[in-house]
Amino acid sequence: MNLNLLTIDAARSAVQERGTSAAALAESFYAKIESDDPKIGAFLTLSKERAMAKAAEIDGLAAKGEKLPPLGGVPVAIKDVMVTKGIRTTAGSKILGNYIPPYDCTAVARLEAAGAVVLGKLNCDEFAMGSSNENSAWKPVHNPRDLTRVPGGSSGGSAAAVAADMAVAALGSDTGGSIRQPASFCGVAGLMPTYGRVSRYGLIAFASSLDHIGPLTKTVKDAAIVLRTIAGRDPMDSTSAEVPVPDYVAELEKPVRGLKIGVAKEYLGEGLDSEIRKAIETAIQKLAKQGCEIVEVSLPHTKYAIPTYYIVATAEASSNLARFDGVRYGYRAKDARTLSEMYRRSRDQGFGAEVKRRIMLGTYALSAGYYDAYYLKAQRVRTLLTRDFEEAFKKVDAIVGPVSPTAAFKLGEKVDDPLAMYLADIFTVTADLAGIPGISVPCAETKDKLPIGLQILGRHFDESTILRVAQASEDAAQLRAA
Amino acid sequence: MKVTEKDVAYVADLGNLELSEDERVRMVRDLNSILGHIDSLNELDTTNVQPMAQVSDRYGVDQAKQGSERFAYASREDIREGLRKSLPHEVALENAPDSDGTFFKVPKVIER
Repeated sequence: MNLNLLTIDAARSAVQERGTSAAALAESFYAKIESDDPKIGAFLTLSKERAMAKAAEIDGLAAKGEKLPPLGGVPVAIKDVMVTKGIRTTAGSKILGNYIPPYDCTAVARLEAAGAVVLGKLNCDEFAMGSSNENSAWKPVHNPRDLTRVPGGSSGGSAAAVAADMAVAALGSDTGGSIRQPASFCGVAGLMPTYGRVSRYGLIAFASSLDHIGPLTKTVKDAAIVLRTIAGRDPMDSTSAEVPVPDYVAELEKPVRGLKIGVAKEYLGEGLDSEIRKAIETAIQKLAKQGCEIVEVSLPHTKYAIPTYYIVATAEASSNLARFDGVRYGYRAKDARTLSEMYRRSRDQGFGAEVKRRIMLGTYALSAGYYDAYYLKAQRVRTLLTRDFEEAFKKVDAIVGPVSPTAAFKLGEKVDDPLAMYLADIFTVTADLAGIPGISVPCAETKDKLPIGLQILGRHFDESTILRVAQASEDAAQLRAA
Repeated sequence: MKVTEKDVAYVADLGNLELSEDERVRMVRDLNSILGHIDSLNELDTTNVQPMAQVSDRYGVDQAKQGSERFAYASREDIREGLRKSLPHEVALENAPDSDGTFFKVPKVIER
């Protein structure tokens, strides 16, 4: 039994039935990280002491023959934008280089309460701002499928760790595509839940009205298991919704026959790589074969999604990142003589180029004389983008399409052209703006063996349906070794 | 060119950034490139469209309820039942770059 290949249920069963122990399982993942991560760069910090203590607790339960909780002994890893008590949390930024949080993010606490063993913290773009993981202040992440290529971003470490069998599952965050795009680039499942489905408490804020926590996993079923564990109302996040959490795993059993699947012509137009287009069309045909009814829909404002997103997201970011001032935590410049000099130099030296660019753009959009023209305008167009989905979901149960216009690109290919990097987020930012859930599931590979993800979008709080469609696509794609 | 070097200096000041000479030059170029693309939003007439600031006032609430009743669930226990315990003083100071054990220390606030 190769312990590193196990899915959540298989890992938990192996520990439950004493085929292995939670401690041995964790050790085998640490050994894998030690041997393979130097060339991938997915991990920033290991939390071995905390992991082994949790593993011992789970092994104690198993030894007594007690039924293990749903993630009992399962090794997981966490994107470094979620705070972990006593474990360094940097958000991929020098400004938080030595930050040791005094509390735990709710989603992480819920995973651990369900028995998960937290191996460590995962690399990401600085403050989750980026689409290639090249904006990490510490080191880039290399795509496990092709080390010369990016893993996607901003949850690049999360996708790479799962793809390279260095964690059974990972948590990521998605503000404009940061779970789904790296999942697509690395060939794993990545789910962004509905806004409000998972508490954001303890998620270092990028854009508060767009930030989501969600799982990156080897299978759709594992994504359902993690979502079931982390979803639900949390009094510590006033935007977390009081909407009942269904048993997503049980929902997977329902057939997809009869579901109406929308295909948006705006998502299959110009700029889409021909190999990706072919893969998506084939995946749609496979859903039709399984009894889904394919319906053409229109999302007419799609071409305005990127400009809308890069105003709303940067405006919120410029406000959220004002807290990094070198006073209460984080980096402080040494040479400042006055308070305002200390603020400015700490931020100048602590933030990277992309973060500064977004603070500048957001501050500009919110500044006197430009607020109406940019921020308010973008908020109005956000309403139009959301209405596009409302109209489409009157006709269909889910919408399928590509995640990204291309497969994983080369490291360094786009670093000097921020606009080109932004434009590639066209198919993912729409769901964040509307607050609807979306998942990326591997559906094919390019001729160079690079993974291609199929994106499935659903109605607010209807993760069940997109998980079912994703399961059907995963079954039809037959990409996983039996 | 919409954004000039002067604008960049002004906005950097608002955002508590200094930026080196090189960074300012590059920022002028990047902001103009991005804002040029963002101008496409002006193709849309949004006169009668309400702005959308967030998602949770539209979805995930009981639409049958009115006003603040709709968000009653969002009142935290600590508000209903008294203040939640906050971080102990020494824990709150643990990450401080500079402190005297009671307060955060900063360079002098009043210049000159």
